[in-house]
Formats: sequence, C-alpha cells, structure tokens
Amino acid sequence: MKPTSITSCEEAIRVLAEHLDHELGGRLEAELNAHLETCRSCCSRAEFERELKARIRGLGAEPLDQDVAGRVQALLRSFADTPTP
Amino acid sequence: MCDPMSMATEAVRSSAQHAWFSDEVQSLLPKLYGAAVKLCRDRTNAEDLVAEALTRAWAKLPTLADRGTFQGWLFRILTNVYISQYRAARVRPEEEYLGVDAENFSIFERIHQPILLWWGNPEQEFFDGLLRSDLQAALDSLPEPYRSAVVLVDVYELSYRDAGAALDVPVGTVRSRLSRGRALMQKHLWQYAGPGHGPAQGKGERE
Repeated sequence: MKPTSITSCEEAIRVLAEHLDHELGGRLEAELNAHLETCRSCCSRAEFERELKARIRGLGAEPLDQDVAGRVQALLRSFADTPTP
Repeated sequence: MCDPMSMATEAVRSSAQHAWFSDEVQSLLPKLYGAAVKLCRDRTNAEDLVAEALTRAWAKLPTLADRGTFQGWLFRILTNVYISQYRAARVRPEEEYLGVDAENFSIFERIHQPILLWWGNPEQEFFDGLLRSDLQAALDSLPEPYRSAVVLVDVYELSYRDAGAALDVPVGTVRSRLSRGRALMQKHLWQYAGPGHGPAQGKGERE
C-alpha cells in the first residue's frame, strides 16, 4: 500500500496524512519533505490538511458545566473511603 | 499486614495516593469530559462514562507503574469502558463499505486551482466560512469505528500506537479508520459548509 519511494504527487498524497500526524519518519519523511519543497500543488494540499487538522483539534476543549464538576468531586471524595486494594 | 503499624502506614499511603489521584483527575477533567462527549455525542451519557472510567481507574491505580503515563492510562480506561458499553449495546463496530467516493473524498481537490488566482484564495475562503459548529456536526456524523479513531488522534493527539492500544486494534487498523473517517468528515463538511454555505451568505445568519 505505502510507496517505498516518493516519485509522484500521487505517492506523496498517500503518505501525507502520516506525515502530518508525525507518524511517517525515516526515508519517506525526507523524500516527502523534498517533494513538498518543489511541488506547489502538494505543498498547498499539505497546508490545507494541516489547517483542517488544527481546526478539528480545536474541538477538544468542552465547556465543563458545574453539574459535571460537582459530580466528579463528590465521586473523588467517596474514593477516600474505599482505598485501592 | 495486620499489625497496627503497617496498617497505619498503608492508610497514610492511601491518603497521599488519593490526594494525588484527585488532583490529577481535576486537572485532566475538561479533556476527559471533552473526549467522553465526543465519543458519546451526548452529555448525560458522557457524564456516566467519565464516572465509570474514574471508578475503574481508582480501583486499578496500583497497576499503574509509572505516574508519568497517567493521562494515557486514564484515556485508555475511558475508551475501554466506552467500547465495552458500545459492544454491550450490540451495535457492532464494523468496517462498513462506504464506497470509493467516500473513502477518497477531498475538499482540497474540489476547490484548489492549479494556477494562482488574483481575485482570491478558495482554500482560505473555505476556512473563513468554516464554523466550529460545522466541524462538530461533521465529527458527530461519523459512524463508529471511525469517530473514535478521529477523536483520539485528531482531537486528542494520541499517537497511532496509543490510539491502537486504547481501541485494542493494530496500528494499521487505526491508520485505515482515520483515513476513512477523515474522508467522510470532509464529505460532510463539503455538503454542509462548502462553497454556497460560506461567508457569502453572511456568518451572522448561521448559528
């Protein structure tokens, strides 16, 4: 599935997600970086996917309402009476 | 263990352990609850999920070898509880067939212009019109098992390895679920937040 060497845009796109996830590494990572430096289209795509990924990451913070915080605090207090084995 | 001295030591250790556990949990709570809401898509169920995960974590605390790994460990427990309840609900996570179109869908390919345009930048316009609620809706629209892979890796930045451990699947499965999940999300975003839904209609008119 994964190319062993990056010689085309198609192969670059195939490993782009792993590159953006910091999961590629090794020779493919170096080859992809070299490709991105010379290919405007793939470079634009990398920027686009990186930005989209950053926006999705922004969904992480969930406003915590008082009920949840209170319930968790009560739960944690109850653990004091039940020591771990 | 029955002499009073060692029992007293045990009690002190437990109380220090309890204080440490409570502090850690309080500081991780927004993240933990956020992950639970993303997984359950429902605040009430998310609350129950967090409570169940914390109860299990407290019981299993002695098995945590390295406190530096507490966050990953706690996330793993949360995900495990979610998955076991999910399986109990008999909704089997399946690698359903989504069609070639959904697997490869790319917004970039639809909007990118190979030549530079003097009158605008379609990619930037897409992001300018993209709202948090659009992204949330796209994430919520994902079926399992794709949603949990995207939540763990894209929202909570787990490595493929950690996500695989949390979901109890090999790294290759994480990779393929992510790939499909992201393509499906893009397809959803294209349908509901693509050109024609963007700033031209006025952001203020949308929630």
